[in-house]
Amino acid sequence: MTAIDVMLSAVGLVAVGSALAVVSTQHLVRAGLWLVVTLGAVAVEFLLLRAEFVAWVQVLIYVGAVVVLLLFAVMLTRAPIGRSTDLDRPIGPALLIGAGSGLGLAGLFAWVFRDMRVNPPPTGSAQRVGEAIFGDWVLPFEVLSVLLLAALVGAIVLSKKDT
Amino acid sequence: MDWLELALRVGAVTVAFLVLPLLVGQTEHKVMAHMQARLGPMYAGAFHGWAQLIADGVKFVQKEDITPRAADGPVFKLAPGVALIPYLLVLLVIPLGPGDLVGQPLDIGLFFALAIVGVGVVAVLMAAWSSANKYSLLGGLRAAAQLMGYELPFVLAAASVAMAAGTLSLPLIVERWEPWWLLWQLPATLVFFIAGLAEIRRPPFDMPIADSELVFGYMTEYTGLRFAFFLLAEYVGIVVISALTATLFLGGWHGPMAESLGWLWMLLKTGAVAFLVIWFRVAWPRLREDQLQRLCWLILVPVALAQLVLTAWVRVAMA
Repeated sequence: MTAIDVMLSAVGLVAVGSALAVVSTQHLVRAGLWLVVTLGAVAVEFLLLRAEFVAWVQVLIYVGAVVVLLLFAVMLTRAPIGRSTDLDRPIGPALLIGAGSGLGLAGLFAWVFRDMRVNPPPTGSAQRVGEAIFGDWVLPFEVLSVLLLAALVGAIVLSKKDT
Repeated sequence: MDWLELALRVGAVTVAFLVLPLLVGQTEHKVMAHMQARLGPMYAGAFHGWAQLIADGVKFVQKEDITPRAADGPVFKLAPGVALIPYLLVLLVIPLGPGDLVGQPLDIGLFFALAIVGVGVVAVLMAAWSSANKYSLLGGLRAAAQLMGYELPFVLAAASVAMAAGTLSLPLIVERWEPWWLLWQLPATLVFFIAGLAEIRRPPFDMPIADSELVFGYMTEYTGLRFAFFLLAEYVGIVVISALTATLFLGGWHGPMAESLGWLWMLLKTGAVAFLVIWFRVAWPRLREDQLQRLCWLILVPVALAQLVLTAWVRVAMA
């Protein structure tokens, strides 16, 4: 166990704990705020794994835009202070599905990589990410951008008033 | 880098974080006053009211710290801190002079700065919602809509200069800067400065605060030290936006005798941009919500995109 391992585990605990808070809190808006903590902790994990660029993308896109959009939508519609008990669903099935898929995935990963030694790759600088995206992965990248464009056009069509 | 040096760097940045906003605030008091044919503060500290903001600080500390009964306590109390910390972190990566004169040289400093500045909007939403006040919530929603809209031209304009310099590192961008970029990057400069003003919600983009209709927007329920934190965040915001504009577009420490006087040029340029920010407040009326969004989406974003194309063309032509 190196210092990095200890920090990885500690931050991982923060991420998992705050993720549990997201789904278990009865305060609607606080769930969104816990999500900020979760995504921030994941960004720190990226930093610890020396993927600097991805870490800051995580902060810029997820914390700065996605969660804000989510909170914005909640506050526009309905954001009571205090508990909203009427929004609860039966806990049994949720626990089964959530814990089942979570533990299943964790077990799968642990089993598949059980005796594999991975050397830490060089720092994930902007240059390396750029070379990977516009070199090896240029076709998936372009396809994804077309998909996003389609979503954008769809959003405009949906929000356009019929005249 | 040993621990002593690290402590020294962080200490220096913290001092800048505490001193520069006060300087900007005092300048705003005096500059606004004189532009409006007043004198401004004259008594605190005897000489032209230089100690006015220190006196204000003492006053804020003594005030009662009130949390409304209907408010969401923990979130309400946390919001001012969340508003303040991102700007402190951004100051770490802004280069003051040539060579190693920067809090923490980061390979992707520009990206880091943009990402962290974007976190501020979370604090605004926290304050707005947890206050349990309609005016606060309205102000917060306006702020969120404004910040998410203006984030786009802000980032695009910064991307243009990163493309021109071929790096995301702030010290390297300044190093590769040449005077003719002032002309080449002029549209991006204007877009970045205007979007930056909107990011820190300064007039004429102070629709989220709009004191004539929303009391004081998302800050309505705050008192004492927590309110002072929000005010401090606004003035650190001015310092950060001015320093980023100076670093990216005005050549940072470039100037006569840059080797020894670089830090002075950087501070002067930052000060000049900050003066412009104050001047805007005095000179322009507040933009209405629809005008504000229109300016962003119909003018700033297209200009920023056109600038990106221009930057790419010039880069390819020079290569």
